[in-house]
Amino acid sequence: MRVVAAMSGGVDSAVAAARAVDAGHDVTGIHLALSRNPASYRTGARGCCTIEDSNDARRAADVIGIPFYVWDLSERFHDDVVEDFMGEYAAGRTPNPCLRCNEKIKFAAVLERALALGYDAVATGHYAQLAPGPDGVVEMHRAVDDGKDQSYVLGVLDQRQLAHSLFPLGGSTKTDVRAEAARRGLLVADKPDSHDICFVADGDNAGWLRDRLGDRAPNHGGPIVDAETGDELGRHDGTYGFTIGQRKGLRIGRPAPDGKPRFVLDIEPVSGTVTVGPHERLAVRRLTGIRPRWCGAAPTRLRGTVQLRAHGRELPATVVVDAPDGEVSIELHEPAYGIAPGQAAVVYDGTRVVGSATIATTGA
Amino acid sequence: MTVKTSGQVHYLDHAATTPMVDAAVEAMTTHLRDVGNPSSLHASGRHARRVVEESRETVAQALDCRPSEVVFTSGGTEADNLALKGIHWARSAELGPGARIISSAVEHHAVLDPLDWMQQAGEAEVCLLGVDAVGRIDLDELDRRLAERPVSLVSVMWANNEVGTLQPIDEVVALAARHGVPVHTDAVQALGSVPLGFAASGVDAMTVTGHKVGGPFGVGALVVRRDLGLTPLLHGGGQERDVRSGTLDTPAIAGFAAAVELAVKRQSEHADHVSALRDQLVSRVLAAVPEAHLHGDPLDRLPGNAHLGFPGCEGDSLLMLLDARGIECSTGSACSAGVAQPSHVLLAMGCAPEAARHSLRFSFGHTSTQADVDAVVEAIVPVVERARAARRS
Repeated sequence: MRVVAAMSGGVDSAVAAARAVDAGHDVTGIHLALSRNPASYRTGARGCCTIEDSNDARRAADVIGIPFYVWDLSERFHDDVVEDFMGEYAAGRTPNPCLRCNEKIKFAAVLERALALGYDAVATGHYAQLAPGPDGVVEMHRAVDDGKDQSYVLGVLDQRQLAHSLFPLGGSTKTDVRAEAARRGLLVADKPDSHDICFVADGDNAGWLRDRLGDRAPNHGGPIVDAETGDELGRHDGTYGFTIGQRKGLRIGRPAPDGKPRFVLDIEPVSGTVTVGPHERLAVRRLTGIRPRWCGAAPTRLRGTVQLRAHGRELPATVVVDAPDGEVSIELHEPAYGIAPGQAAVVYDGTRVVGSATIATTGA
Repeated sequence: MTVKTSGQVHYLDHAATTPMVDAAVEAMTTHLRDVGNPSSLHASGRHARRVVEESRETVAQALDCRPSEVVFTSGGTEADNLALKGIHWARSAELGPGARIISSAVEHHAVLDPLDWMQQAGEAEVCLLGVDAVGRIDLDELDRRLAERPVSLVSVMWANNEVGTLQPIDEVVALAARHGVPVHTDAVQALGSVPLGFAASGVDAMTVTGHKVGGPFGVGALVVRRDLGLTPLLHGGGQERDVRSGTLDTPAIAGFAAAVELAVKRQSEHADHVSALRDQLVSRVLAAVPEAHLHGDPLDRLPGNAHLGFPGCEGDSLLMLLDARGIECSTGSACSAGVAQPSHVLLAMGCAPEAARHSLRFSFGHTSTQADVDAVVEAIVPVVERARAARRS
């Protein structure tokens, strides 16, 4: 096959590209430029879109011996990922921009461009496994390495996207991948893993949002209200600084009467009200999800598991789907805590990823 | 390292760099094992010095200037920086700080970026002349700008590196002379392609570089009139009459001189050779892709330059698809992290940002052949179709 290898400049995507070559594919390395002003994104080894990362990706492509180009997807990234991130926070939700990037950029804009240019597939360094399923369907499963499994952030891929994807690392552990990178002479072998959000240069999400949201709601102060008593316990500068389940930084002078710590229970963006209360009120047993994305056929009713955040625990659940594009109802068989609207609920059947939905509402 | 190359490579990016000519390789390699710093007083030093000075004389003869007017540099970027900053700073002594520098909106970044830096630093007021739809500067505007306030320097390129348009240097020199303002020209692309003489042109300073004319990388020269004050940028051992310190690179200078000599000697036949191929490429590509169009002046342009716009395509996609077929060209635009910005030259010529991204520059040189043209013509239709599909996706 002719394969485009998306190369971030990190060790995983470099080894993935090398393995695609070993598998006999005709591979072209691509680095995605996601910012018009690369200096404004994370610098050093932690990000995915700086000039250094671009150079690291280029050097890895040299070592592997494949052609290499930079594709400018900065406008698409801004419109589909950064704007969405801001809009979700403005609406009081907690989005995961990495899922959005996979759905809209890596396996959409990049894949479509690659297919149009005559390529057959996109290879990435994600830790997930693809396997042939019944009736020629491509199934996605969790990676062998539990600690690195990234199937959660790929839960937005549909069957067409999966059919044109390669994840050469899904059967390996991170340790093995690093060792292999060193063996192959890839200088990125020791590069630290990337974390956090690549377009928030200093990792300060609240500060980044404060600077950019401008006058958009909820960039204004509001009350911090006790869920039990209805009392106003304090004021805050903007709801973007809060996420459901947050305990630190509430700046509440008065302790709760029962002496228990308080957590953010709810964010109401229009009035700017942040409701706080005890941990037990964070318990969530029922969820509804919107914007479902199914990896294959949509289920109607499934007893499986759901994962509610990246690297989160999987929880046994019953999932009911009205229609393939319709609302998804999830009943958790044990409570989850600190679940925020905007996060993705990824549904699994054993190790197989069934699909995902964006959490719209939560209930006890 | 293993790089897969299937079949022949058609190199059509000579404006980026062109292969070294045999005469330059021989002149350079002859001296690579020589010992001797040209500044040393002993026999080995004197020998090296002699090579440098003979090279200087060769360059001077080829460029129609005096040997003492040749300042060897590390290449075009350094020569441009030396001209702009060196002349401006020297002239500021008489004009006062913050005098104006007039240049054009279509200059190479080696001119635009130093000017931007000088403006940001409060060193100069920079005025960039606009251009018409083919990229030629507005002489009326130059005349007006010269009259408005004290001007330290006018810098206008001889020929544009992207679209190939030749600038009216004679008229620039005449207008500047009326105001007693010196003129610098970046002639990096023009040397060897069009007739070029320093004295005859009347310019006061001129940038040339080796690797664009079949010489080695990393060596060039600023040709500059002796009576023009020039503040040095590099201070040190006092080489190059104290204007450009740094140990002279004897082998590179010998190779540079050999290449310049040959480029000037062969200029006319070279222009005939590359323009015939270029004209054929343009007419055959335009016939095959009717929506395509040529940028820059159709006649008054560099003989080896074909800058073509392909509406509905992205230059990046075109370049990648041609590269996969062994055809090497350029999108003609600057990149830092490899991210193509819309060409400032095309934007200055009035192209919309989208149109400024859909272009390719094919540039011919001394090794170009009919097979290069045929390969492009054969590939261009499927490549454009694919690039259009990628754009729509």
